[in-house]
Amino acid sequence: MAQDMAVNEGVTTDTPTGAMPGAADAALEHVTTETGVPQEAHSGGFPPFNAQTFSSQVIWLVLVFGVLYLLMSRLALPRIARVIEERRGRISSDLEQAGAAKAQTDAAIAAYEKAFAEARAKAHAIAQETRDRLTAETDKQRHESEASLAGKIAAAEASIAATKASALANVRLVAIDVAGAIVTRLLGEDADKAATENAVDAALKRS
Amino acid sequence: MAAEAEHAGSFPVDPLHQFMIQKIVPLQIGGFDASFTNSSLWMVVTACVVTAFTVLAMGRKAMVPGRFQAAAEMFYEFIYNMVRDNAGHEAIRFFPFVFTLFMFIFFTNVIGLFPYAFTATSHIIVTFALAITVFLGVTLTGIYLHGFKFFRLFVPSGVPIVLLPLVVAIEVISYFSRPISHSVRLFANMLAGHITLEVFAGFVLTFGAMGTVGYFGAILPMAMIVALTGLELLVAALQAYVFAILTCMYLHDAMHPGH
Repeated sequence: MAQDMAVNEGVTTDTPTGAMPGAADAALEHVTTETGVPQEAHSGGFPPFNAQTFSSQVIWLVLVFGVLYLLMSRLALPRIARVIEERRGRISSDLEQAGAAKAQTDAAIAAYEKAFAEARAKAHAIAQETRDRLTAETDKQRHESEASLAGKIAAAEASIAATKASALANVRLVAIDVAGAIVTRLLGEDADKAATENAVDAALKRS
Repeated sequence: MAAEAEHAGSFPVDPLHQFMIQKIVPLQIGGFDASFTNSSLWMVVTACVVTAFTVLAMGRKAMVPGRFQAAAEMFYEFIYNMVRDNAGHEAIRFFPFVFTLFMFIFFTNVIGLFPYAFTATSHIIVTFALAITVFLGVTLTGIYLHGFKFFRLFVPSGVPIVLLPLVVAIEVISYFSRPISHSVRLFANMLAGHITLEVFAGFVLTFGAMGTVGYFGAILPMAMIVALTGLELLVAALQAYVFAILTCMYLHDAMHPGH
């Protein structure tokens, strides 16, 4: 163990600029110069099992990991969490807004459709009413004109009947006159007025 | 080890050299060696990259994220969902730890794939330190939350009385071997991957040294390196994921021991 330590120490102190300031360069040079030729590297055995190096690795691991943990938990992660949270909040509020807008749109559409249906029903009612009123008026006018026509027809028929009756009455008188004249001419004497009237009436009845 | 060393001696590249810990700034604290090594350097690089990635990417805090911000948020939500789905809602307070764990291992693994970079997770002590932290943390959390009832974890329900001692013994052994399997899995994967890459790189050099014919011969191992680098990238991500998800499952056991 002590021997190994000595050899390890030797490795580093053997480098040309073994002093502290240029140590990093020295180590780098060390790496590059040794890649080709294996040398005392094996004196420590299998490197990962070389217990000489354990304490420094653990100490630096604890240090680096601890600092990294603090940086992550105090600085980096809260920032990422905040951004993700903000984005999630933004997305959900946007979605909510979109939902509200959609509800508004739906309400507006429903209101429009309702108004439209009402207007249509109203228009329908007005049309129906107008149609009914017009039909009623037409009917009334028709009935009136029919009634007046019927009156006129009746009057005409009455006047026709009166004319016919008076004509017929005239026919009788004319016939009586004509028959009296004919009888007078044929017999040379005035015919009996009553007999002529009877004869004409009888003849008229037969016709 | 000696045989390996001899074998490596005849090989142009020593596949184990990449795992050497090189001291950059020797330090002694309280009798312990606390030197700043290449391993420490690359751990610091990892921490800087992770911090830069997670902090700078969120610099603009844009409502509609850019590429880097989207990537950082993706990591966040990936780990967050992993913790929530595997460990439960109550375990969400351990999310920063699991996130740090995943990011640290993931970036250490990936950065370690760059030439000349050092992979801190290819050392058993690093992965074991992480695993034992998880193990102790989980065990203490379980005892803190459930007291003595936590030990019901070792007593599965519905087991016949006769078999109970055997089953409890198995449960206890499997529980205490968790940190070992947890750490060796990551360590071995990183180690094996890097050795394989280096061995194929060695073949390329061997062929290359043979002249013109060798150049053609080197094409095959070179292609292998390209393919293996892709595979190692997958392994790097997968092992970080496995480490994190096992941590979540152990946390779940600590949160709900009674089943």
